[in-house]
Amino acid sequence: MDISEYINKVKSNEIDIIEHTKKVIQECRKINKEYNYFNVISEELALEQAKELKKRIKKKDTKGNLFGVHVSVKDCVCVKDVESRAGSKILFGYRPVFDATVIQKAKEQGAIIIGKTSQDAFGYGSFNVNVGLDFKIPKNPFDKERATGGSSGGAAGITQKLDLPHIAISESTGGSIAAPASYCGVIGLCPTYGRVSRYGLMDYANSLDKIGVMSKNIEDCAVLLHVIAGHDNKDSTSLEEPVENYPEFVNKKSRLKIGIIKESLAKGIDPEVKDSVLNTIKKLHDNGIKTQEVSLPLVFKYGVQTYYLISLTETSTNLAKFCGMRYGYEEKLEGNFNEYFSKIRSNAFNREAKRRIILGTFARMAGFRDAYYSKAMKVRTLMIQEYKKLFKKFDLLVCPTMPNVAPKFYEIDKLTPMQNFMMDIMTAGPNLAGFPHLSMPCGPEDNLPVGIMFTADHLEEKKLIQIAGIIEKLK
Amino acid sequence: MKIDEDLIKHVAETARLNLTQQEIKEFLPQLKEILGGFSEISKVNTNHVKPSFHAVEIKDVLRHDIPKKPLTQEEALKNTKHKKDGYFLGPSAV
Repeated sequence: MDISEYINKVKSNEIDIIEHTKKVIQECRKINKEYNYFNVISEELALEQAKELKKRIKKKDTKGNLFGVHVSVKDCVCVKDVESRAGSKILFGYRPVFDATVIQKAKEQGAIIIGKTSQDAFGYGSFNVNVGLDFKIPKNPFDKERATGGSSGGAAGITQKLDLPHIAISESTGGSIAAPASYCGVIGLCPTYGRVSRYGLMDYANSLDKIGVMSKNIEDCAVLLHVIAGHDNKDSTSLEEPVENYPEFVNKKSRLKIGIIKESLAKGIDPEVKDSVLNTIKKLHDNGIKTQEVSLPLVFKYGVQTYYLISLTETSTNLAKFCGMRYGYEEKLEGNFNEYFSKIRSNAFNREAKRRIILGTFARMAGFRDAYYSKAMKVRTLMIQEYKKLFKKFDLLVCPTMPNVAPKFYEIDKLTPMQNFMMDIMTAGPNLAGFPHLSMPCGPEDNLPVGIMFTADHLEEKKLIQIAGIIEKLK
Repeated sequence: MKIDEDLIKHVAETARLNLTQQEIKEFLPQLKEILGGFSEISKVNTNHVKPSFHAVEIKDVLRHDIPKKPLTQEEALKNTKHKKDGYFLGPSAV
């Protein structure tokens, strides 16, 4: 059942929203026991919202594009009164006293928030294995010995596994929507930087963070994106451009021209991934969509390094505020400021957070800043130009989302940190340059999922929705 | 540039992190590998290129100067155990 059909049944009381919400929560708990997709299941809030909607149904006040839709939220997005930790122990016990703008907008349209989904602590990972201290690693819905992908692994896993209408609010800094969407076989759309307000999002890297959507089909994705997109006075980096009616583009026909990124299909990619992606491109070509090979040499050679230099530099400053005062993890107040702060941070950040803070601090220290951080900012300019040149001729660029299918946990353990970072080779570019991108499943249904990724020019989310609509119909 | 234990300890101290000897031992080769990889970007010619602090153009914006209701004292203090007489309680400053 798609979201629009579901909403109609809720509004007409054919589906009892309170009973259905209980069923959704029960199902989430059952799945969570086995797969660890939620850090918190917010049953109390969900039932409270369901009861409120029930009252409105009785009064025939059923306005809302998400009326009764169950929405999960990545842990780094603040939900009022629900423990929100960005997957890290350092935010233990933190219950925001406000809603992030995306949550406020979703609630206004009748969404029911069901819980906070698992992530790599602060988004630090491509596999969701870098969870915070005392958190559990989520497991791939197709094979529990494999990773979900990260960092929005919980969002992707529950989207795949929950067999009831549901949409996920997730977040990407360098590929955290696309990667888990690919490994878990769902749709993941990361919008243009600034298209969706970041107010209430716990920063990883503020020039790169974007809140986006995960769903089972493109219509659901378009409906939620349409609700959460738009300018917000509370976020000075949110764009003032008008929001298009995204759901209208799901079935809209147009002549799209697609560039196939040749570097993405070169050596190092799993043959099954390459075959699935090329088969889908062939089907598009056979259906009248023009395709042509293109090149993004700079992005594919230096994208990962540039992305990490910028993100780690920014994150090392963003995480400076977490110190065991005012909110989050606390210990007995002992020693002076520096001693107390250092003790808290050392005891509550996981290894990956420490590693990234040290790298970022190093990259912005006097004497190194020009060689690393400032240089990376300039390389980013060149990469944006490289993309923009292609977008003059092409509507979309296509490549695999990840170079592989979901790896097994022991395979991830063998990767060195740099090999680990290089897994973001496909996703670093569009994230670094702020371009909207979408991953959707494209492989044979009886195998592990393979993701195909499309990237569009800034604010051209509608083209991503169009192409996803076309591919869904080809299946 | 020499990446050694002393440098890691210095950077960690700057970032307010107490690393264990085991963490230092683990991080040292990793940081060498990562920073070596990052140094690759020095090969890109960026002469006369302006830095992009954001991927899209962000305009300087000033909001209207309209007073709004801030968090109440109770809300602001809600998430901490360390409070006294309506104030946050912190470690000693000296």
